[in-house]
Amino acid sequence: MNAVAVDGVWKFYGDYPALRDIQLEAAGGACLALIGRNGAGKTTLLRILAGFSRPGRGQVRICGTAPRDTATRRRIGFIGHGISVYDELSAVENLTLFARLYGLPEPRKAAGEWLERTGLERVAGGLVREFSRGMRQRLAVARAFLHAPSVLLLDEPFTALDDRAIALLQRLLREALAEGKTIVMSTHQLREALELATHVALLNRGKVAFSGERTPQMAADSGFLYARYGEG
Amino acid sequence: MDFLRQVSVIAAKDLRAELRTKEALNGSLAFALVILLLFAFAFDPTGDTTREISGGLLWIVFAFAGTLILNRSFARELPNDCLDALIAAPVSGAALFLGKAIANYLLLLAVESVSLPVFGIFYNMRWTAQLPELILVLLLGTWALTVIGTMTSALTVNIRLREVMLPMLTYPVLVPALMGAMQLTMALIAGTPINAENVMWLKMLIGFDLIYTAVSLVLVETVLVG
Repeated sequence: MNAVAVDGVWKFYGDYPALRDIQLEAAGGACLALIGRNGAGKTTLLRILAGFSRPGRGQVRICGTAPRDTATRRRIGFIGHGISVYDELSAVENLTLFARLYGLPEPRKAAGEWLERTGLERVAGGLVREFSRGMRQRLAVARAFLHAPSVLLLDEPFTALDDRAIALLQRLLREALAEGKTIVMSTHQLREALELATHVALLNRGKVAFSGERTPQMAADSGFLYARYGEG
Repeated sequence: MDFLRQVSVIAAKDLRAELRTKEALNGSLAFALVILLLFAFAFDPTGDTTREISGGLLWIVFAFAGTLILNRSFARELPNDCLDALIAAPVSGAALFLGKAIANYLLLLAVESVSLPVFGIFYNMRWTAQLPELILVLLLGTWALTVIGTMTSALTVNIRLREVMLPMLTYPVLVPALMGAMQLTMALIAGTPINAENVMWLKMLIGFDLIYTAVSLVLVETVLVG
């Protein structure tokens, strides 16, 4: 069974088809990089995978179940464009909140461990609104990994990250892959993505223009796919 | 048990965030007190007619001031895309809605508990004559406002003109509950207990609360995810 399976998914905004008959699969331990120009449908597809919106047609399965199933949501970790933590709460309050929502047995302990792993233990009691951008990003990473998800959905995860946050995220993603977890990430930063990716899918105006294993040629020449399959 | 735990976590989060900034609470309270003061200037507080409509005035103040709190309910989740994190979490839409509704309810009751004595002073009313019944009506009427307002807040969260749309959508639906609450409040402030003549308003208020709470709990998942 594939960890992520997308079968004939269409998504319409009004009459405009943002996604057209998307077929994709990712097995456990795979890292699928979704690439494509702006407006290609990467974010729309990731939001459907995460259960934030429903497809117009077709179906999505995460570990064999629908994304909105409660059990499925426990398996998904999502990093979107926003950091998805509350400015009015402290770092430890934010992580404890999400640990409780995910039903972790010891929320405070889990929050403390992740604050330590992300180097935020010294500012655990500080309000997020007082954090620097880099600290906020590391907290966002901690929130996404807190409940040990088996499927990670990452929308432009490296965009606007500082060096420390990029290094942290890359280390965590490598560890996740080594543990057999599945990663689907959309990105414009081809070099960082192709370093991690085992598979690549190029979206072009809502359609899959290419889907397959990452080859050494792609890693060596990040523009190869665009040159061969279109700009989108 | 899991459901109740999630409800309490969401409610505690909203209350903690609000009490830290007091954005909605201060605004709502100030608004309520200013309207009460302006109405006191506009009408003769000692006139019989003013006394007769005082219950209505009170609920108009609560409804207007309440929208400031209700507007913030889901809008609070927009900065940093926090709503995505809540929707992604294994929390049912019903638990999310109920948690937010309970937080809003407590904040609205806090505003009302300050406004009510001020109303008594400005309008020279002995509002404590039927206090237990009045508290019951306040609890039921405020829950009606909370349920409709929280649901509308979820509906309008992604609309640019949500501050305008929320009252436009909330008040028409709320009319039956407001009518019931106004009628009962006027009677109770005038010293008339709940009796065979006005008990139908109380029944209507209870029915309204039950029906709209059930409908909201069923529909909120569709509203949030589409």
